[in-house]
Amino acid sequence: MGDSDASSRSKRAAARLCSICNQRQAALKRPKTLQQICKECFYIVFEDEIHKVIMDNNLFRRGERVAVAASGGKDSTVLAYVMSQLNRRHNYGLDLFLLSVDEGITGYRDDSLETVKRNEIEKEGMEEKQMHWKNEALPLVANATAKISTSHLMLEPPEGYGLPLKVVSYKDLYGWTMDEIVKAIGLKNNCTFCGVFRRQALDRGAALMKADKIVTGHNADDIAETVLLNILRGDIARLNAEHFYFVSSILSADNECAGIYSPNAYRGFAREFIKDLERIRPRAILDIIRSGENFRIATSTKLPEQGTCERCGYISSQEFDLINSMIDRIANVELLIAESNLTGQAHSQETIVMENSILAVQGAESMAEKLCKACMLLEGLNRGLPKLGIGRTRGNNDLKKQREHGNSVPKITDSNLQSKQCGSLDF
Amino acid sequence: MASCGSACDQSHCRRPDDSGGAEEDVPERFSASRDSDTSKTAGGGDLARCSKCGEEPKAGTHRVLNGMCASCFRSYLYGKFKLAVSTNAMISPTDKILVAFSGGPGSRVALQFVHEMQKKSLESWDASKSQSFPVFGVGVAFVDESISSVIPSPELDRIFKHIKLIVSSLVPGHKDLHIAPIEDVCSMGSDDGTTRLNKLLNSVSDATGKEDFLDHLCMLSLQKIALDNGYTKLVIGSCSSTIARHVISATVKGQGYSLPADVQYVDARWEVPVVLPLRDCLTDELSLLCQLDGLETLQLSKRPSSSNSINNLVSSFISRLQDDNPARERTIVRTAEKLKPFGFNKFVENKYHEFIPSRLRCKFQNTNNGGSDLAEVFCTFCMSPLSESELHDMHGKSQTLVDTFTAACCQSCSFQILPKESESLQHFLSFLPQSMTRKVADSTLEQSLLR
Repeated sequence: MGDSDASSRSKRAAARLCSICNQRQAALKRPKTLQQICKECFYIVFEDEIHKVIMDNNLFRRGERVAVAASGGKDSTVLAYVMSQLNRRHNYGLDLFLLSVDEGITGYRDDSLETVKRNEIEKEGMEEKQMHWKNEALPLVANATAKISTSHLMLEPPEGYGLPLKVVSYKDLYGWTMDEIVKAIGLKNNCTFCGVFRRQALDRGAALMKADKIVTGHNADDIAETVLLNILRGDIARLNAEHFYFVSSILSADNECAGIYSPNAYRGFAREFIKDLERIRPRAILDIIRSGENFRIATSTKLPEQGTCERCGYISSQEFDLINSMIDRIANVELLIAESNLTGQAHSQETIVMENSILAVQGAESMAEKLCKACMLLEGLNRGLPKLGIGRTRGNNDLKKQREHGNSVPKITDSNLQSKQCGSLDF
Repeated sequence: MASCGSACDQSHCRRPDDSGGAEEDVPERFSASRDSDTSKTAGGGDLARCSKCGEEPKAGTHRVLNGMCASCFRSYLYGKFKLAVSTNAMISPTDKILVAFSGGPGSRVALQFVHEMQKKSLESWDASKSQSFPVFGVGVAFVDESISSVIPSPELDRIFKHIKLIVSSLVPGHKDLHIAPIEDVCSMGSDDGTTRLNKLLNSVSDATGKEDFLDHLCMLSLQKIALDNGYTKLVIGSCSSTIARHVISATVKGQGYSLPADVQYVDARWEVPVVLPLRDCLTDELSLLCQLDGLETLQLSKRPSSSNSINNLVSSFISRLQDDNPARERTIVRTAEKLKPFGFNKFVENKYHEFIPSRLRCKFQNTNNGGSDLAEVFCTFCMSPLSESELHDMHGKSQTLVDTFTAACCQSCSFQILPKESESLQHFLSFLPQSMTRKVADSTLEQSLLR
């Protein structure tokens, strides 16, 4: 017992100096390695590790235009700084720019966009950012990632990184701002839209800005959370390493919103749990990721099908919406029936309706296979309003027809009868 | 109690539809708490019927879970146990079963159910003409971990007496009771096991590591009892709730590769295979059964668990999740079920005696694991199979004895159990139980023979 006491005392004394340079006083204990190191060495080690990840995985090619996803949070701020530093120091020859997405929710993004803008312009005096500067972040390009965990440390403000900022709005990408969508959909289901659109926003934005690659600030904590949540949800298929990093980006898009609009208890618990865990054993976060990578997934486990969306082809890894909700299909059938009502006036009403409803079901199915979720929603959104108009005009037509044909009542579906009623009421 | 509506119960919720319980109200069947059930039973006559058998409950009893009466609930739990036993060939007539009894509801129910199975086989043995088919034997093991907590010796004596009473009340069928202190596994000849064990535990600095190491030693003790007394199977009362906790804590400790080995019904990597017949039951169900049937459990003052332990943190995390959604534990276990089990997670048919008549032979599941059945290499300190990268590290270094020890160790154990400094590491290794050191020596011999 006496021995161990003495040894721990000597250890504590030795710990005061940085374990890398052995000159300066240690300022932090790195969770990843449990080393006591000083600030300067931390910068060097941290940046070198990211450089190594980039080089080992051949993340970039010279001359590429790379979008740095910037939310204004600490992860993306660190990412932008490190990327511009490394680009300069190691001469990657990359054309870097900051890419921010504006959902068009009044008062939601304003602050963070303000932060991003400030980071873009300011070259010095970034005291405020110091507060955000405590997380170790890392670039995550395509499927590659580094495993660096957070360290709770306040560092000196870094130099400004002077990257140009591009803000793309939902309006640019989809033709709708979130506020407009809420206006059209109501307060009930808008989370679906926001979540789905957000997942693709960076991809679409980057394509709009002619970027070759996107770097995001996803880090070990995010991936660890994803692993845990997937276990809690019974979603082992997604733990497959290939899909791992992709799904993590989807989830974090969800997460951002989850706290505000749709509180999901277990997600909150999981976050808290990871925080507690990190306090007890910092390396647990890296352990969770290791577990996730080493899971023995049976080959028979079904994975969500992947492919290329026919409309927005550049998102190749986007998960396809095969489990299309019945509501979507019914809506499409209705739409086509409604259209057939418009066009098919000259023909016999019944046969046209029959033919078209078969076509509509087929169409809905083929659409579900070919379009990604965002395009699907966008389709509904864009046709949602016209549908109202069609409904009304159809009502007119039907009324006219009824007047023309006298007693001939067209055999159409219940939903058509209902919308006819609405139409006639409007009329 | 509020585990109604959990995934595993729902099949039973639906059952009344086709068994004449159609007059029941839908909200009644899904009502979560027992209290609301009883209040409703007071109101309407028909509603008082058991949702499974349709019988009116006797006076003074009320429905227990999902509107089932006590006896239906019993047979529902026993059914789960029996299904697990028969589909996984856990108990065959020639076996000698050792039930690990900790005093908790899980192992108590396991003991009770094994006893009932034995009782039934004894009855049929008595009734049969030839009496040639053997009946499996049952023994009970209790590992005394009092070294790690402070239990005064009169208290300990009282506990032992209590256990003896429980075991002797299980008649017919004689059951041997083996009580062994955990330090026995560490003792070397005349050497005192207690001091050796204390020295071992003191050199493990991590709180979680200490707990896990103690768990492993407990398992070693059980294995020792089973081996010394000729038992062929070891029954552990782990239930869904404990397994769900293990799934999460193993993930957190980075044991993702070896995780599927621990969550199966059968775990034959030990010399005496371990079986988990209560794997599909929830802790709440088990303690409810103990309460209903008056099965006595022991209120053991558990190990002084540190608040810094990951196992504790995980446990409270899962409890919160379970309160939020009663199906969460089952979901976690089902997720882990999707991971590919190892070759040792099933019994191999040809191990069994052919002279048993076919109707008594165990039915083996033809689970095709697909993967190659290569012999796994196990970690010395937790018996978890080593992953490829860990094996790769292992081949690099095996010069000295210390090297072989540290090499045959999973990353998780090398972090949380092995001391960091080489001096204390040697100290630690010198006190290891013989069964562990022997295993390492054997495996190194095997390795050298293979090459």
